[in-house]
Amino acid sequence: MESPVLEVNDLVKEFGAVRPVNGVSFAMRRGEILGLLGANGAGKTTAINMILGIVTPTSGSIRVFGRDLARERIAILRRMNFCSTYTQLPGNLRVWQNLTVFGKIYRVPNLKRRIDEVLELLEIAHLKDRVSGNLSAGESTRLNLCKALLNKPELLLLDEPTASLDPDIADKVRKVTKRIREEDGSSILYTSHNMRDVEEVCDRIIFMHQGKILFTGTAEEILDHFKEDSLESLFIRVARGGEIETAGESVTSAT
Amino acid sequence: MTFSTIQALVLRNLFLYTRTPVRLVELVFWPLVDLLVWGYLTVFLQKHTGDSFPYQITFLIGAVILWDILFRAQQGVALYFLEDVWSRNLLNVFSAPVTNADYLASTYTIGLLRAAVTSLLLSVLAIVLYSFNLFELNWTLLPFVFNLLLFGWSLGMISTALIVRWGPAAETLAWAVPFFIQPFAAVYYPIDALPGGIRWIAELIPCAHIFEGMRDGLKDGAVSWADLGKATGLNLLYLFLAGMLFVRVMNTAREKGLLTKFVAQ
Repeated sequence: MESPVLEVNDLVKEFGAVRPVNGVSFAMRRGEILGLLGANGAGKTTAINMILGIVTPTSGSIRVFGRDLARERIAILRRMNFCSTYTQLPGNLRVWQNLTVFGKIYRVPNLKRRIDEVLELLEIAHLKDRVSGNLSAGESTRLNLCKALLNKPELLLLDEPTASLDPDIADKVRKVTKRIREEDGSSILYTSHNMRDVEEVCDRIIFMHQGKILFTGTAEEILDHFKEDSLESLFIRVARGGEIETAGESVTSAT
Repeated sequence: MTFSTIQALVLRNLFLYTRTPVRLVELVFWPLVDLLVWGYLTVFLQKHTGDSFPYQITFLIGAVILWDILFRAQQGVALYFLEDVWSRNLLNVFSAPVTNADYLASTYTIGLLRAAVTSLLLSVLAIVLYSFNLFELNWTLLPFVFNLLLFGWSLGMISTALIVRWGPAAETLAWAVPFFIQPFAAVYYPIDALPGGIRWIAELIPCAHIFEGMRDGLKDGAVSWADLGKATGLNLLYLFLAGMLFVRVMNTAREKGLLTKFVAQ
């Protein structure tokens, strides 16, 4: 059996008395799009920051491509990439300049050609010479995605990639997400508050609440188990009540 | 340490300066103001003291140029980090395969380039405006300048470490840290001018020995090996300690999630 691309084992993060991530374990298969869902403060971003090596876990382990992140962070990060709605590329550089800088950091071969490819893929090739700070929110998000795709990452972390996008651009981003999985075989960890995104894009969902995994499964499995019509209504039920915690720990195995 | 990574990080800053020429003003404007003020003060004093003009006053111009080398080198390191904070690019950089050594090496390079631009400009202007030739020090200028760069890099690492540790509210330290030590650094006056009780502080500051050496060199053309030796020794020590502090603070930042707080601002 193929080893998981990402293996998170009993992950805990404490900031003083606060425990935003509290014993999280899951694994991701190669080529899988895994949704990480949860209300604000559920621990998603802290978990992603730990997987990126920006935050050190208090305890637990993270293995990426079968290697220990704590020991081989740089070698692992070369094969990963990341895009978040909360980060931007320097606004005073031109689009091609920003992509050149990150392409060199990730040691992308045939960089000029690759830059053209990702700009074409995200349909912003015409913006190549534009100053990044003058782009619209949608164009800026797509530029961030271009940066995240430059090195054809085997593991891609997308943190709310469609936040603040209009439905048309959000649809394009979802389609690109699925396309890169199909073409490059990338595994994608995807967080979003947009339930439509998650239902459309993700093969499997991890639902986090107060630092713990409440349940995992496909959207259908989860809706069927909790007898809800939509992930959105389930999301609201979890966020407002917490009664779901007694309804069942897991629809399917966490891995 | 990876050359392509360092090259990329340096390139990002070079793009920044060529894309935003107004930033060159910061590299040129303030140093030029300093040179004009201290230069014309020197000219004024020279005119009014006649033959009794103390030779040390001429060195004020050299001090301005050499202090700026240190300051620009420090700024190169400290502002590099802040540029990423201001542009919300910090997590992109720190989630990329960039080691602490890559990061520091690129900031040193930027500090070196900034210092080179400013000091060359000021040196040429000092010759044209005041007939003050810092290059009279010939090759001995090189170890002096190199020592100032080393100390600037150390101060830059300390500034960045403090900003990372204390958060965005501590941004002002990027400009303030060199001035904390300036009164003891013997920039414009010799160590002997300080009260006896605090001279020991100056003795511990590498650039104090550089400025002392520069004054001796310009006075009698001889290299003060003792000053150079003290400065180099202290610099190596501080560079090591500042590097340790930087690495330690970056580890603390990862433990406490401090880098993500810059994004949340």
